[in-house]
Amino acid sequence: MSTLTQSSAPASTPIVKPAAQIRSWKIPITFGSFAVLSLFLFVVLGRGLRGELSTFRLSEGRDLIQLPEVALPTFATGVFVAVVLVLMAAASAWLVYRHTKIPIVLTILFALLFLVGFLAWAASGSTIPVPGLLIGTVTLSAPLIFGALGGVLSERAGVVNVAIEGQLLAGAFSSAVVASATGNPYLGLLAAMVAGALVSMVLAAFVLKYLVDQVIVGVVLNVLVIGLTSFLYSQVLAPSANLNSPDVFPRLNVPFLSEIPIIGPVLFRQTIIVYVMYVAIALVYFGLFRTKWGLRVRAVGEHPQAADTVGINVNRTRFIAVTLGGVISGFGGAYFTLGAVGAFNKEMTNGMGFIALAAVIFGQWHPIKATLAALLFGFATNLQNVLGIIGSPVPSEFMLMLPYVVTIFAVAGFVGRSRAPAADGKPYIK
Amino acid sequence: MKLELRGITKRFGALVANNNISLTVESGEIHALLGENGAGKSTLMNVLYGLYNAEEGDILLDDVVQKFAGPGDAMNAGIGMVHQHFMLVPVFTVAENVVLGHEQTTFGGRLDLSAARAKVREISDRFGFDIDPDALIEDLPVGVQQRVEIIKALSQDAKVLVFDEPTAVLTPQETDELMIIMRQLAESGTSIVFITHKLREVRAVADRITVIRLGTVVGEASPTATNAELASLMVGRAVELTVHKNAPELRGTALSVKNLSVIDSRNQIVVNSVSFDVQAGEVLAIAGVQGNGQTELTEALLGLQQHVTGLIELDGKPLRGYSVRHILDSGVGFVPEDRTEDGLIADFSIAENLMLDRSSGAPFVKAGNLQLGFRAQFAAEKIAEFDIRSQGSEMEAGRLSGGNQQKVVLARELSRELRLFVAAQPTRGLDVGSIEFVHTRIIETRDSGIPVIVVSTELDEVVALADRIAVMYRGEIVGIVPGNTPRATLGLMMAGEHAPATESGL
Repeated sequence: MSTLTQSSAPASTPIVKPAAQIRSWKIPITFGSFAVLSLFLFVVLGRGLRGELSTFRLSEGRDLIQLPEVALPTFATGVFVAVVLVLMAAASAWLVYRHTKIPIVLTILFALLFLVGFLAWAASGSTIPVPGLLIGTVTLSAPLIFGALGGVLSERAGVVNVAIEGQLLAGAFSSAVVASATGNPYLGLLAAMVAGALVSMVLAAFVLKYLVDQVIVGVVLNVLVIGLTSFLYSQVLAPSANLNSPDVFPRLNVPFLSEIPIIGPVLFRQTIIVYVMYVAIALVYFGLFRTKWGLRVRAVGEHPQAADTVGINVNRTRFIAVTLGGVISGFGGAYFTLGAVGAFNKEMTNGMGFIALAAVIFGQWHPIKATLAALLFGFATNLQNVLGIIGSPVPSEFMLMLPYVVTIFAVAGFVGRSRAPAADGKPYIK
Repeated sequence: MKLELRGITKRFGALVANNNISLTVESGEIHALLGENGAGKSTLMNVLYGLYNAEEGDILLDDVVQKFAGPGDAMNAGIGMVHQHFMLVPVFTVAENVVLGHEQTTFGGRLDLSAARAKVREISDRFGFDIDPDALIEDLPVGVQQRVEIIKALSQDAKVLVFDEPTAVLTPQETDELMIIMRQLAESGTSIVFITHKLREVRAVADRITVIRLGTVVGEASPTATNAELASLMVGRAVELTVHKNAPELRGTALSVKNLSVIDSRNQIVVNSVSFDVQAGEVLAIAGVQGNGQTELTEALLGLQQHVTGLIELDGKPLRGYSVRHILDSGVGFVPEDRTEDGLIADFSIAENLMLDRSSGAPFVKAGNLQLGFRAQFAAEKIAEFDIRSQGSEMEAGRLSGGNQQKVVLARELSRELRLFVAAQPTRGLDVGSIEFVHTRIIETRDSGIPVIVVSTELDEVVALADRIAVMYRGEIVGIVPGNTPRATLGLMMAGEHAPATESGL
């Protein structure tokens, strides 16, 4: 508090305003609620009191290096976790009271510990396949990550991209049809990119040329793509099944890397779509933050007039960024047909585009953070699958809500006020 | 480089913003373009900079006719511009802003920021600027941001440099430094166009003066012309440059503020333990450069800020922590600093705007029904009383000129029973005639025994209106001094130096 410099400091030093002393109780309250929840679930309900074990399997059968299974006594683990969580919640409250910033490590530890406790509780008397859980996380996150990357590109340039859902769906549809018709799944990938690009070009044209409200165009495009693909599905694909039976990409094992315990199977026993995803994340990050093109894209999204006055064509830059975003999202759409199901179904993206949009915001418009956010949602989805298989005590309807509950909590609660690109959603009119 | 504009005409629909304007700037000359807000100065410069296309006329550089399709062409031809609203991306660093649009790249399309940093250092060394190329723009004070704008223009080898109202955001000291920089630039052969409406600055630095009014050149003057001559040329009639007022008739402390602090949404203390009193019948002016907490202070008085601590008492009754409704009902009148954003609803009619703060009961609303007849009659009275030039009370407020919009705001706020009047930037962007009107009304309000707080960044206005002056710097009141304090002292205080003999807390 005493740091407010009063004397006339040299003009070029940044204004250092003292950080103010508003206590934000958001984190202690959240921690507290989860601690109470864990006390109730793990201790009061008394699950595993008869000495059941919760087993975590760390290796798959075909792994070169076999890790031993870890068996924890369910009830004891639950009590331990609940007590530690309560202590951590108290610690966070004390930190806030003392005006100390809660370290991010504490939040991560809290979340991990709660997760371990929850898994041990849910898997009482059965076995959780940890590699399977994580492999599925990466696989299920793929379309989310592609969608989020597309969204990040578009929104960094200042165009709100609500049409991710439509881009994913268009990519899924066209990749299935082209891959089936030509018998070449790689052509299917290409078709997915073209379809995504077309959807985003329509978005860009209406938004940049005709200045229509960006959210409205996005929503309308989603509905349009759903209607169009559903119509074509029932009129064209359903009668002639050979147009809707593409080859599914096999999982490719990367030599050596795939044998690293836990990480290997998770990251390096995936389809080509996931490998392309790794490249896409790196490229979007590098492109946005290390190149001339990226500087201009960000400038156009932050302060288009400033970009205009140094001779940057604002609308052209935006158009290209939005289109590229569509290419990436569309590619992600191919996951549904060529990476997973092997056929197109009506509305098969099932709201994933909106979850991807949430990942963009949760990830603070940053490609790496958005990827992590998408992984979180992917994990929640897959957790629900795995627990459904091993039979969890939570009703399956509740588990189906999990990814969306996580989304709401993430976007509303933990992010707080994250800062969007300043000109996001605003048309540039000279 | 010699710049010549020949017969430039620019129209926006029926409005002729520039009418056949011709202007010559010789190499190494500082040419001041003087005119009121809305006279067409900025339009002319945007034409020069390629942002607008003129319907008629030519732009010549060293006697060669130029065709600019956009700012890029103008820059390549050697024209640089320091914009009134800085064209800097706040979340970018200095170096990134300077190279934006002209980036150098290394292998693989990578941005070469080290070259950019070197360029910033080289230019800032040449002018003794001392700027860190890696500082984020949003962390820099406006005066430094302006230097970044200058560096940005110079990094493109600008030979003609346009300064669009450059002193609006500067302290008097920073203004003096800017004048020196402009002189330096001119001596090194750069031609400078200096757009302003402040007479003092023009006379201090210009080699030649062109005055424009309503889009046409009305005359040329030399820097030796007097303020009165320039002003009458600019406005088109003789102008009163001073406000006539008598000594204040003090009637005891009305508003008392103690240890008031405001914390903004970014968790920063923007007003830091501020204390002052205002007596009924006096004008307390709050001076200071834009962004030193004045906005938040006035908003705190009105109950518009969320995290406020300290004491605000009006006539012995506490105001802090109450709703805006309650505070307005306690008799606080408020002219917000941004009249188009906060003062008016542009799509509403004048009559609707005049009753905005009285929608909760009689006489404007009875049994949930708007009293349209009463409202029309009220509006007609106010339009006459405040001389609001309009096409009747049903005209949309957004279509009024700035001066008339401000009159609507004033009419609304002053027609209630007031116990305190707060006017933030009451004459920003107004023409001289409207400024006279607003100043007269403020002094009349004071003389009727109401305590008045005027927040202004214009030293001229502060000196003209104030009985006492509180100077704010970085959220604190540096000192409270009498209204006749010399400008030089005020200028130093605006830069954070304490007054020689501060009568703080008076």
